[in-house]
Amino acid sequence: MTRDDLTRMIGEALAKVAPEIDPGSIKPAANFRDQFDLDSMDFLNFVIALHKTLRVEIPEADYPRLYTLDDAVAYLASKT
Amino acid sequence: MPTLGADMEAGTLVEWLKKPGDALKRGDIIAVVDTQKGAIEIEVYEDGALEQILVAPGTKVPVGTVLARIGGTGAASPAMTTARETPQRVRVSPVARKLAADLGVDTANLKGSGPQGAITREDVERAAAIKAPVPDVTTKPQGATLAMRTAIATAMARSKREIPHYYLSTTIDMGATTAWLRAENLKRPVTDRLLPAALLIKAVALALREVPELNGHWVDGGFRPGAGIHVGCAISLRGGGLVAPALHDADKAALTTLMQALQDLVARARAGSLKSSELADPTITVTNLGDQGVDAAFGIIYPPQVAIVGFGKIADRPWVAAGKVEPRPVLTASLSADHRASDGHRGGVFLSAIDRLLQHPEAL
Repeated sequence: MTRDDLTRMIGEALAKVAPEIDPGSIKPAANFRDQFDLDSMDFLNFVIALHKTLRVEIPEADYPRLYTLDDAVAYLASKT
Repeated sequence: MPTLGADMEAGTLVEWLKKPGDALKRGDIIAVVDTQKGAIEIEVYEDGALEQILVAPGTKVPVGTVLARIGGTGAASPAMTTARETPQRVRVSPVARKLAADLGVDTANLKGSGPQGAITREDVERAAAIKAPVPDVTTKPQGATLAMRTAIATAMARSKREIPHYYLSTTIDMGATTAWLRAENLKRPVTDRLLPAALLIKAVALALREVPELNGHWVDGGFRPGAGIHVGCAISLRGGGLVAPALHDADKAALTTLMQALQDLVARARAGSLKSSELADPTITVTNLGDQGVDAAFGIIYPPQVAIVGFGKIADRPWVAAGKVEPRPVLTASLSADHRASDGHRGGVFLSAIDRLLQHPEAL
């Protein structure tokens, strides 16, 4: 899976949680929570969406590695 | 206009359910009348035919006014009507009806909390608060957001005007809860993981069993205990506003069930698809502003409820345990309560119970 594929899937997972998010507007190094005003329930739903799309197990301890687009792409690339 | 109680002086004809020429038989509902006690159906006492309507819908007339004439099978006779309070029909107080019209709330879909299920002003305010705009901030006009703002303004202003709040807070050591959660979530697939919010809500629900005077409503100058422990969860909506729908019987639900119900509730609240019972039933509200990074939240009671519990963030702080200072995850829990329904001492007992329950998360 390419970085572009992962970037697209992350954008889709975020948009599923917060429909107003434009995947094209995601800043690569900014924290999703701050950027899109996500709460812990939103973040959990984001992780669930990634889990369902990519079929990867994401332990809670790894959540901080999903806080930004750059980090999330790198993390998911290592898992897929 | 029949009299429906010693205190009734007048009623407003809402609608005619029969038109002139219609055959009537004993027991038919002929019209709906609005009174201070809500909407009441007017029942016909004899067989015949509706000859003439004398009072137009929307007209307020004194008790005793002839509303219509009914022709009998023989000679014409004056209308003989009486009122029957029928629970199957939606009863709406006049104030509620007007407010509903102003706020664009359809009373047909509401569940009343007033006498015999009558829809009251509070019910309409609550419904207006949850008449959530579909959270599409980019394309939605200001109207829906404005209506919600108005509903929140009405409810909160009324709360501060009528409810003598008292405020308490306590700091809770969350070490046991966070450690238990970490271990538990390690065992669970991501779809079944718990958030601290589920444990906090469960602790609140169980603590309410011990201090039931915080669980219910202040209605007609007195406290009415809740029929169950239905915890309203304040949920902020994208694009502004909030709703606080109920997690029904939160004290009886297992944590996994409660978590799923909470996820479902948040999703539906934000999609604007809540059920009327979820809006009508909360017996207390919990507001959790920890995600926003605040240390503590002191809420304004949502009338006619009598208490709101606020939680701040779980943060590592210096904590003294067994004579030594050490870092611990701690949480500030607050209670805003209606002093008409409870006293500070009992509020303190309640917060202590939450603290105690959170020291044994495995038992929640």
